[in-house]
Amino acid sequence: MIQLAWLIPVIPLAAFAAIIFFGPKLKSNAAYVAIAAIVSSFLISAGIGYEWFFVHHAQAAANFYADWIPTGTSVLRIGFGVDSLTIMMLFVVTIVSMMVQIFSIGYMHGDPRYPRFFAYLSLFTAAMLSLIIANTILLMYISWELVGLTSYLLIGFWFEKPEAMRAAKKAFLVTRVGDVGFFLGLLLLYLNTGTVELAGIFKQVELLKIPQVHIPALGFVASIILGIMAYGLAGAVLKGTKRLPVAIFAGLAIFGAAFMLIPHGPVQMSLAAVASLLLFWGAVGKSAQFPLHVWLPDAMQGPTPVSALIHAATMVAAGVYLVARMYPLFHVDMTALNVVAVVGAFTAVFAATMGIVMNDIKQVLAYSTISQLGYMMMGLGVGGYTAGLFHLMTHAYFKANLFLGSGSVIHGTGTQDMRQMGGLYKKMPYTFWTFVIATAALAGLPGFAGFFSKDEILLAAYHWHGGKMVFYAGVAGAFLTAFYMTRLLAMTFFGEPKDKEIHAHESSKVMVIPLMVLASLSILAGYVGLPWNNIFSHYISFGHGEHEFSWAVVAMGTGAGLFGIAFASLIWIWPVFRFASLKPALGWVQTLLANKYYMDDIYDIVIIRPLMISTRAMFAFDRWVIDYVIVNGTGWITLQLSTLWAIFDRYVVDGIVNLVGELTKRGGYALRYVQTGIVQQYALILVVCVVLIGWYFVLLR
Amino acid sequence: MPPVTWYLYVSAALFALGLFGIMTRRNAIAMLMSIELMLNAANINLVAFSGYLRGHTLVGQIFALFVIAIAAAESAVGLAIIINVYRTVKHIDADDINLMKW
Amino acid sequence: MSLSITGYQIAFITIAAMTVGSAVMVVTLPNILRSALFLAFTFLGVAGLYVLANAELLAAMQVLIYVGAITVLIMFALVLTQQLMGAKIRQSSRGWLLAAPAAALMFAFLLKGFIEPFNKAASGAVAAGPAPADAGTLVSIAKLLLQPYVLPFELASLILLAALVGAIVIAKEDKE
Repeated sequence: MIQLAWLIPVIPLAAFAAIIFFGPKLKSNAAYVAIAAIVSSFLISAGIGYEWFFVHHAQAAANFYADWIPTGTSVLRIGFGVDSLTIMMLFVVTIVSMMVQIFSIGYMHGDPRYPRFFAYLSLFTAAMLSLIIANTILLMYISWELVGLTSYLLIGFWFEKPEAMRAAKKAFLVTRVGDVGFFLGLLLLYLNTGTVELAGIFKQVELLKIPQVHIPALGFVASIILGIMAYGLAGAVLKGTKRLPVAIFAGLAIFGAAFMLIPHGPVQMSLAAVASLLLFWGAVGKSAQFPLHVWLPDAMQGPTPVSALIHAATMVAAGVYLVARMYPLFHVDMTALNVVAVVGAFTAVFAATMGIVMNDIKQVLAYSTISQLGYMMMGLGVGGYTAGLFHLMTHAYFKANLFLGSGSVIHGTGTQDMRQMGGLYKKMPYTFWTFVIATAALAGLPGFAGFFSKDEILLAAYHWHGGKMVFYAGVAGAFLTAFYMTRLLAMTFFGEPKDKEIHAHESSKVMVIPLMVLASLSILAGYVGLPWNNIFSHYISFGHGEHEFSWAVVAMGTGAGLFGIAFASLIWIWPVFRFASLKPALGWVQTLLANKYYMDDIYDIVIIRPLMISTRAMFAFDRWVIDYVIVNGTGWITLQLSTLWAIFDRYVVDGIVNLVGELTKRGGYALRYVQTGIVQQYALILVVCVVLIGWYFVLLR
Repeated sequence: MPPVTWYLYVSAALFALGLFGIMTRRNAIAMLMSIELMLNAANINLVAFSGYLRGHTLVGQIFALFVIAIAAAESAVGLAIIINVYRTVKHIDADDINLMKW
Repeated sequence: MSLSITGYQIAFITIAAMTVGSAVMVVTLPNILRSALFLAFTFLGVAGLYVLANAELLAAMQVLIYVGAITVLIMFALVLTQQLMGAKIRQSSRGWLLAAPAAALMFAFLLKGFIEPFNKAASGAVAAGPAPADAGTLVSIAKLLLQPYVLPFELASLILLAALVGAIVIAKEDKE
């Protein structure tokens, strides 16, 4: 059975091909083709899981290889492997994909490109599954790019909307920035180990441990980056005529300060750390971690099932999966893992704060996703390998549930703006209750899935060797998460309907049933990782064992969540605190958050605008120097020269030709009188000539 | 035996006379006759030198024989042409046979 | 050159005078038929000169071909074209004044260019040949013709044949 694992991605791929080629004929049956494919993949995954856990007892990872690209000195191999992590991911992806596709039958009903939607979903599923079962880093990279492509296609699925088009472009380009890191890491590993097989690389990680990479002037580069960022921030925040000088001054000041404060001199790093950081850079792009998080909120322009499947549950988790998959490499040198922890913790809080002020239901969930992905990164970074992956699994279920629930709401109300919603709990009871369960799971209420996974992460963070900052960030994140989720719940489902025009209705069964399945998973998934009977960590763990269970950590995490819920309830459900009364004091905070920390503007000022300016300059150079001066100038000169030559030709060359002709003609006219036709005269001339010639030769010799 | 020079004088005279005839006669047949005179002048030269050069080889006489044969052929073809011309233009005046002039 | 004049020389001078005189008649007489008759005399004179040069075979050929065949042929052609070319018509063209100096020039050239140098180089050279009674001449010519010169000989016969056929074709009256 395990050797059939390659079928898992191939079946959806075949479904993709079938729907793309026969889409117009299949019409609405396209959905059933896609769902049949994903169900087959799920069944095969289940069979493999059974065999793996109960026949092989999860021993000795099974790997299968095939030669792919002979390079002359070695052969690049392609292959697939099965271990516990793979099986866990297979279950997550196939189940969420299955639910999302079933949900889409209802949600996408009547869309003019209905078959194509399922084709893309199938292609995405195939790519994601092959990313999971790949056991060579090259195949991983190919699948990684493929999921990026399908993400692009699906965000821009409604390409008639300019925002969707722009969002798709943005997502594609921003993740591409990360993918470059992945690719460089891949090359670095291949160059230094001579293999693309994960097992082969991990066998040699000890060799990569030596600090042999010299990175010069890191402090200087960092100072420049900080200065540029400060310049961009000032340019984004400030208004008015003095904007530019102030921004330049701010940039220079920050650069100067950083230059003086940051220690200089070359930095020694091990190859493992460099490769890990490059791979993590790829994960930052894909998993929307700071500073490449900007694409994910925009990606919500895609259809909501896409947001659920790709931009919440699976693809964005691929970055986390990559870090987990490459964990033996990351673990060799702790530098990279520390970076992962700090970036993850920062992202977790940073994104959660923005989630508080968003009014678009999907935007809130998008920032929540970024935040939770930061949580997972943080968990991996602080050494909680099991915790991070556990959270990945539970989060996939309840975040998919939340997105599908929001899809149901959007489908029922026709809007995404929470300010127009309200009071939906009566009209959409199934959606409401499943949503509540998923929210509870996300907020980490005891008994729900998120509770167990989040506490494991906090526990690992608590015991981190690098201090307690990450742990407190995690607690703050838990509080913020509960806070904005309660706000979302309150604005959407409680109170009175704010827009009387909206006649909400409960969605059809085909949409509600996936919600219920996912809601039950949002509860049950947590019970595979109970602190006192941790099945999950039995199979998926790395190195040292779990940290000792700590009531204090549980209390802090859970307390933060409960406090967040209570605080938000007092603002939006039972308005004890008037939000308006907070405005004078916290207005600037709200402005800052609503503007997403000006990150988009900073990128606009720092990267996009200079890029556009240089592009325009190059275009102008092209247009005026190359096209106008060089090409057209050459043409003009050629034209003038040819005119000159034409004159020369006409009067000199032709003149000579005509002159010769005229001379011949005139000569002919003159000489024809010699031709009398009288033979005797010819004879006379002949005789005279013969005598003269003979005289010359005979007598004068 | 007369000296070779005498033959040469006779030959030169005949040749010059033939030439004169060619240049003055208008009748094509008369021109042909003048040509025969010139050929005979040449033959006289050949015969005269025949015994003089390289002893008695008689090669000059052989050559003269060939000249006579060629002359016979020439006069036969020439006369045939003249007959044909006469039949076409009804005269054989060389001055007026100028159809191919210009 | 010996000053004594032998019988041969007397004969030569006589025959040469007749030959040249007849030739003058050929080119000057207005009547073309008469000039043709004088042509026959010229040919006979040349035959006589051949005899004096011990070329009896050539003399015989001269009489047979020129005096016999060619003269008769010319006469025949003249009679055929006689209607318009009668005696009354002026036979000579206007070129007298030019042709006479040209011919004289040629004569002078031949004398000055060929005969005079030859005379200086080999004065008194006699037109050589076998003794008059020697019958070997005919045999020698026959041997020469049929041994070293057999190919030109045969070619000459071929040319004669071709000329014969060509003359017939050219002179033949068009049927259509």
